Amino acid sequence: MKWVRRAALVVLVAVFGISLFVDVIAPQPYARQNREVAGEPPSADYPLGTDDLGRDRLSRLLYGARISLLLALAAAALSVSIAAGIGITAGAAGGRVERWLMQATDLFLSLPWLFLLLAVRALLPLNVSPHTSVAITFALLGCLGWAASARVMRAGVRALSDSAFALQARACGCSRTRLFLVHMLPNLRPVLLAQFWISLPVFVLAEANLGMLGLGVAEPLPSWGTLLRELENLPAVTDSPWLLAPAALLVLVVSCLQLSFCREGVST
Amino acid sequence: MKLTRRFLLAFVLLGADARAGQPASENALRFCLRAEPKTFHPALVTDEASETIRYLTGGVLIRLNRDTQQPEPELAVSWNVLDGGRRIRLRLRQGVRFSDGTPFTAADVAYTMRVLLDPKLNSPTGDSFRSGKGTATAAVEGSDTVTIVFPAPVAGLVRLFDQVAILSEKSPAKERAVLGPFYVAEHTPGAHILLKRNRHYWKTDDRGRRLPYLDAVRLEILPNEQLELLRFSRGDLHLINRIAPEHFERLSARSPHLVHDAGPSLENELLWFNQVSRTPIPDHRKAWFRSKNFRRAVSALIRRDDICRLVYRGHAIPAVGIFPPANRFWFNAKLRPHAYDYQGALRRLEENGFRLRDGVLRDAGGRPVEFSLITNAGNPSRERMAAMIQDDLAKAGVKVNIVTLDFPSLIERITRTFQYEACLLGFVNVDLDPNGQMNVWLSSAANHQWNPSQPAPETAWEAEIDRLMLEQAGAPDERRRKAAFDRVQEIVWEEAPFIYLVNKNSLSAAVPGLRGLRPVILRPQTYWNIEWLSLDTSLAGGPR
Repeated sequence: MKWVRRAALVVLVAVFGISLFVDVIAPQPYARQNREVAGEPPSADYPLGTDDLGRDRLSRLLYGARISLLLALAAAALSVSIAAGIGITAGAAGGRVERWLMQATDLFLSLPWLFLLLAVRALLPLNVSPHTSVAITFALLGCLGWAASARVMRAGVRALSDSAFALQARACGCSRTRLFLVHMLPNLRPVLLAQFWISLPVFVLAEANLGMLGLGVAEPLPSWGTLLRELENLPAVTDSPWLLAPAALLVLVVSCLQLSFCREGVST
Repeated sequence: MKLTRRFLLAFVLLGADARAGQPASENALRFCLRAEPKTFHPALVTDEASETIRYLTGGVLIRLNRDTQQPEPELAVSWNVLDGGRRIRLRLRQGVRFSDGTPFTAADVAYTMRVLLDPKLNSPTGDSFRSGKGTATAAVEGSDTVTIVFPAPVAGLVRLFDQVAILSEKSPAKERAVLGPFYVAEHTPGAHILLKRNRHYWKTDDRGRRLPYLDAVRLEILPNEQLELLRFSRGDLHLINRIAPEHFERLSARSPHLVHDAGPSLENELLWFNQVSRTPIPDHRKAWFRSKNFRRAVSALIRRDDICRLVYRGHAIPAVGIFPPANRFWFNAKLRPHAYDYQGALRRLEENGFRLRDGVLRDAGGRPVEFSLITNAGNPSRERMAAMIQDDLAKAGVKVNIVTLDFPSLIERITRTFQYEACLLGFVNVDLDPNGQMNVWLSSAANHQWNPSQPAPETAWEAEIDRLMLEQAGAPDERRRKAAFDRVQEIVWEEAPFIYLVNKNSLSAAVPGLRGLRPVILRPQTYWNIEWLSLDTSLAGGPR
């Protein structure tokens, strides 16, 4: 199965590479409205056709990949950092602190995150640029998505605290800080990595969900979520199968992420 | 031979029995409601689904013909409006019975008016009859005449009776006894409502056959437009009362005989700037939004033709103002839509000290012109329109930040907190008469959206609109009313508190076997003449 993972990795590197250099690769600016050629099928000028406002679908897909992937990475990093902070503190401190933190985590887990996200988003200032708006959306996703990972982190710390090597280190007079930084943190790395790679597709899909509800990335910025909205029009999809390109790319990237990293993280 | 004849006769009789034994749904028209009706009480209707039930089951004294846009006699055979709209005397049709067989009398009309105007009931239909301090009274003058007296003249009184479904005073079934072509026979919440033919319905056709032709109407409760289209395509539904332009085009390409475009409707899309003085937005922006030149310049920068062509696939027209040409009597024919005029827009902006430099429009204080435009999430047409406006204004150096909000959050902002700068929404006119819009145009009104609930008009032109709206509401003469309202339309066109964008066409789809179908622009667009509709079951299947 190694070759499957390698192939998945190659695909991911290619997609990430394209999304990083999209300014050079994209045939058109993502926001340019060529209204005279709106709704055109694929052609030499527009390989994936144009959308209802005459914007080049391929360019929007490539820019959308950059926004969705890079910001999902950032959101995953933020979420795992918060989860690590809370989970490790809870696991290391034990007692009341652990109980309070875990109760807070459980409370967070029980909240309907979509409605929470909608409520928080509705309170945000309106007059922000699309780029700031998209950064805020993903920051919110990151801030709201830590709870499940925090529980896993705390369980990891508890397991390590009770392990023989930690007991031996404490018996040798190792300080708590040294014990944590030198002995425990390197052993927590696989758990952290696994949580990071698991949450990445979750955030990509969360943004896609928000986009489907029309609450994702603001116009004129494209994202996979906003591009997937066209799939709502089922008859249009059957007549114009190229509309499936964003969905196909999303499935490909999420699958490749799972194949490449999740096993890696868990098995390390 | 005799045996054969007997056999044939028995066969024919059996066949006839078999047909009689078939369920009523064989001749039932099937279409969708997008939501569960909130009430079956005709006086308490506020939502579209309940309005549909009231239209199909309620008997009214006077019906507004959706095709001619003129009032026509129904349960009232004639009427006289007296004292400049303070009194109306109605002569009633005789020999009419409710769906449960209870006779219809003048006392029922008086009872209905008492129920409607009962302050404890808070009937929205009754509210439109309230004209001043005091209560209206209905006096029965013999078996076929009733006179209703209002405390003050009610403008457009006759048309208001289109919404008044007559209730029975004596029927034990109360509001379930109806005078319309159908009655509610079955309701499965969340699934369907079955309306069955009212066999006591009073209307007959030229040949004396009692109407309606249909045995039943089955209303499926289906919020999803895609599913509605799918079920129509499978032949499960006979009718789509309102269809989105993209679905219309797709269906039209395959089966042009199924779709109907009745032309521009009364529904329009518009945007407005927040001009509320206490709004928590910077003063310089408030000054932009309160400037007529700024609003007119924004209006002149929007390419309405492109919106019609791309967002509505050509099934819309650039909007002129309050009423579209489709409102034949009240539309001010002198007005034209604000035209796209880039240079003109820049001239207007320069008059107010704005300057376009390096692709950025700056005000007199050197601040770049930028504002947020909110609209409701989940409406792709509106989101596309917002993106087009953003692009159009960007060409003049104006930066627009589009924000889509869930509907409750949007309503909260535009009605309570006023934390917004510009808003893009639709406006559905259900009333042809301008009196139906008093709550929009009076500066003191809560729905005076750009600056609601003003203690006194803040601008001279709003004071003038107030005066004219009150004048037309109190004038008994239709020509005087029209002249006053024409002037209101001119002021609104000139000042552009609402920037009208497009009027959408009334689009529908129906199976070819639906006879008598005459789609119109007024609600309910396709089944307004429900009693005359019939189904040719051999042709009633949809496209498969």
